[in-house]
Amino acid sequence: MKRKFSYFLFILSVVFIFIGLKSGEFAAVLEKAVTICLSCIGIG
Amino acid sequence: MNLLGKRKWFQSASALFFNLNLPLFFTGAIHKGPTKGICVPVFNCYSCPAAMGACPIGSLQNSLANLRFNLSLGIYQFGLYVIGSMAVVGSLIGRIPCGWLCPFGLIQELFYKIPSPKLKIPGFFKYFRYVFLIVFVVLMPLLVVDPLGLGQTWFCKLICPAGTLEAGLPLLAANSALRSQVGFLFAWKFLLLIGFLVWMVFTLRPFCRSVCPLGTILGFFNKASLFQMHVDDEKCTQCGQCARVCPVGLDPNLTPNSPECIRCLKCLDTCSYGAVNYNFLKKHKQEKCSSHCF
Repeated sequence: MKRKFSYFLFILSVVFIFIGLKSGEFAAVLEKAVTICLSCIGIG
Repeated sequence: MNLLGKRKWFQSASALFFNLNLPLFFTGAIHKGPTKGICVPVFNCYSCPAAMGACPIGSLQNSLANLRFNLSLGIYQFGLYVIGSMAVVGSLIGRIPCGWLCPFGLIQELFYKIPSPKLKIPGFFKYFRYVFLIVFVVLMPLLVVDPLGLGQTWFCKLICPAGTLEAGLPLLAANSALRSQVGFLFAWKFLLLIGFLVWMVFTLRPFCRSVCPLGTILGFFNKASLFQMHVDDEKCTQCGQCARVCPVGLDPNLTPNSPECIRCLKCLDTCSYGAVNYNFLKKHKQEKCSSHCF
């Protein structure tokens, strides 16, 4: 039962990734990650 | 030397792998390749000049901070890619990245090697991690928004010492334009970083144990991941060896899959009786263990 739940979680995670990719979230993450994050360095 | 004895090498290689573009440390710019769109399963600031991937906690905050604005434009992005990226790792191996791959975990372990009196961390500090995750990573980016509906990455802005250490200091050292903008916020973050660095000398992995939102998220999966730790009741003599070496102060023979466990596998390495074990993908044979496995 526990093992089935583990597999279910894994499959659900993969589904999340695919839905996210489909809605353009990779580009959104990339756009933020290639810009210097002023908040991270304590300026913005 | 066995695999477990090489953990430091794994951590060092991983720190290098996730920060491969080293020459950028001298330029005041950051890596801008397409790999930056991939959420890495470790706590590594994406504004570190050499970082090759995206910090999942920064990305999650950005997704939540932009949620209302995006919805007002008819853009339906809920951060599922970021959540899925963390969950896929968590559901497979739980917090193994904390113990074996995280560059900030390695930094903490190296600081702990500085000779000094060593202090324990109060047990209730582990609950602070949930507060940081819920308040600074989820609620504030989602709820504290400007008139356009845009929020901010509050954990990065007010707390994250990894950002100050890995991104702030190198970028400010090499980029005079950024240096000219330094103000109160940087002073606050710098003081916080110094506080954490001092704490790291006296306590092992204080950030992981009391703050880290990524470790907290991956920890949710420890009990349900496909990688599971097990303690064989018949072999375990309750000698306490595993508890003495546990870097996060757990009693592995009682809670081998605790959400606080960073899965460094020191308990497995130390147990002279072979009572601590793990399995991955396969079903555990000893049914007796089931009471301990959770």
